[in-house]
Amino acid sequence: MNPSVLAVDIRKQHRGQTSFVLDVSLEVSPGITILFGPSGAGKSTLLDCIAGLVRPDAGKISIGESVLFDSTMHFDVPPQKRRIAYVFQSLALFPHLTVEKNIEYGLRDIPEEDRRACVSEILEDFRIEKLKNQKPAQISGGERQRAALARSLVTAPRVLLLDEPLTGLDAELKAAIVEDLRAWNAAKRIPILYVTHSRDEVDALGERVIAVDNGRIVGHGAPMDVLDAPRRKRLAQAAGFENLLSAVVLGLREADGVMRVRLGDSRCEIEVPLAHASPGDRGQIAIRAGDILLASERPRGLSARNILEGRIASLEQRGGMCVARVDCGVTFVAHVTPGAVRELELAPEKQVWLVLKTHSCHLVD
Amino acid sequence: MSSLALSFELAGCVAAILLAIGTPVAYWLAYSNWRGKFLLESIVALPLVLPPTVLGFYALLAMGPRGPLGRLWMALFGHGLAFTFSGLVIASVAYSFPFAVQPLIASFEAVDRKLLHASAVLGAGKWRTFRRIILPLSLPGVVTALVLSFAHTLGEFGVVLMVGGNLAGVTRTVSIDIYDRVQSIEYRAANHLALLLLGISFAVLCLVYAVNRCVWAPAWARWTVK
Repeated sequence: MNPSVLAVDIRKQHRGQTSFVLDVSLEVSPGITILFGPSGAGKSTLLDCIAGLVRPDAGKISIGESVLFDSTMHFDVPPQKRRIAYVFQSLALFPHLTVEKNIEYGLRDIPEEDRRACVSEILEDFRIEKLKNQKPAQISGGERQRAALARSLVTAPRVLLLDEPLTGLDAELKAAIVEDLRAWNAAKRIPILYVTHSRDEVDALGERVIAVDNGRIVGHGAPMDVLDAPRRKRLAQAAGFENLLSAVVLGLREADGVMRVRLGDSRCEIEVPLAHASPGDRGQIAIRAGDILLASERPRGLSARNILEGRIASLEQRGGMCVARVDCGVTFVAHVTPGAVRELELAPEKQVWLVLKTHSCHLVD
Repeated sequence: MSSLALSFELAGCVAAILLAIGTPVAYWLAYSNWRGKFLLESIVALPLVLPPTVLGFYALLAMGPRGPLGRLWMALFGHGLAFTFSGLVIASVAYSFPFAVQPLIASFEAVDRKLLHASAVLGAGKWRTFRRIILPLSLPGVVTALVLSFAHTLGEFGVVLMVGGNLAGVTRTVSIDIYDRVQSIEYRAANHLALLLLGISFAVLCLVYAVNRCVWAPAWARWTVK
């Protein structure tokens, strides 16, 4: 086995709560692996177990040949001896220490001179050199996030755990920090587990995705494969599928790789990618609001197979985009730009046509 | 004026000893998951509800020539414990215990657990985490514990009377001195002492609250803003 692969196979029942059991088995190889799933799915508990802050009820955790936890041997390495770095969502920078002292905190068994070199190198790598004498409360959110990353990475950890470390940052800042993290990872190549809800971060960072729901792993693989074909409803909602519509399978056209379904109780029929199903089966169809096209006249000459006629039920501006609800017998949510709203003269009660590509429609269990 | 000096000496000793033994007790009470923790918590809080005479009575029995503490002291130092300054210190430590321990527990518990987790993950053991993270962030609680145990010892009467008796320069603290003078109708002298004690106590409390509020409190707020 690769010496630095993190292998986890654990079970943990939440105290006082019988309904939730974390029961997962995963291997994380060097590089960034995204842990994705709705809140309460058990992602943070999993990270806490790996870091040694929470003791699993049973199982084994190891990095390469080095065992960190083994319930059958009653073996449990305390967190301070695991050499696993963990960046919390709250960052947990020490408020009474300067940025420099925070970063130095995890370096103590090395000579003063080397320590200074390490600290100034990482300060430079993460572009926070000017802040080294400031306290965490005196610097901005993005700077705090950089400082917390630097504090963890300077210790030369064997594994890095990141629990939504970039929440609340604007896209530009996020991209810059993600870039620094990628650069660091390219040089060090250790297993990194990165928890996030954000599709943007998945797309920017993820080499692999592990989808977690209700304490179990429900999918793993490349981000495209896991997140664009969500097979579970909660995961679909977490992955940003605004449209979740119940559907009945009408018929299969196996030669074309599609099947026809009817949506809800309406007369709306659309074509979706073929799945293991037979006529009469019920399921859910997940469609992203951004994948739906709006037209003010019946479109012609399109490759898209699904064209539905409807009326705009409501139109609402949200930030830089408009959310249109369109009633076609079932209600769809579609995202359009304010420019398109003006050009197409979209307004409530206006007749429109929705265009859906077959492969934008995903069948959910 | 020696009764006043004696009171200050006693309060200083008691506050220092309480900080030394109260800190580990408070740490344990703040962080232990032991189910029987409530037992120790109750014992620590006992002096808050007991009349000083009850505590003083049992302290006197324990320190007497046939009490366990008294015999131990005799074996170690060759003299008894009752009606000595050392005996007074021991009884006062017991009596003021909750006033030191409770602010310490409160301030230890107020330290964000995530910081302790972060410290552990960064390789720090329990002692280093305590020294580098918990203690500095609990500074206001430490100051409060010191001041409360000092002030509480300065003002105690019942326990001192029971355990210390009333020996000038040895166990006659200022509160007993005042009582004595009132008993012998020396109102003027009693008033001088009482006023002095009032003034000094008020000044000490003012100093500490001011320091806690103006110096530490804003720094505290600055640290804890997100």
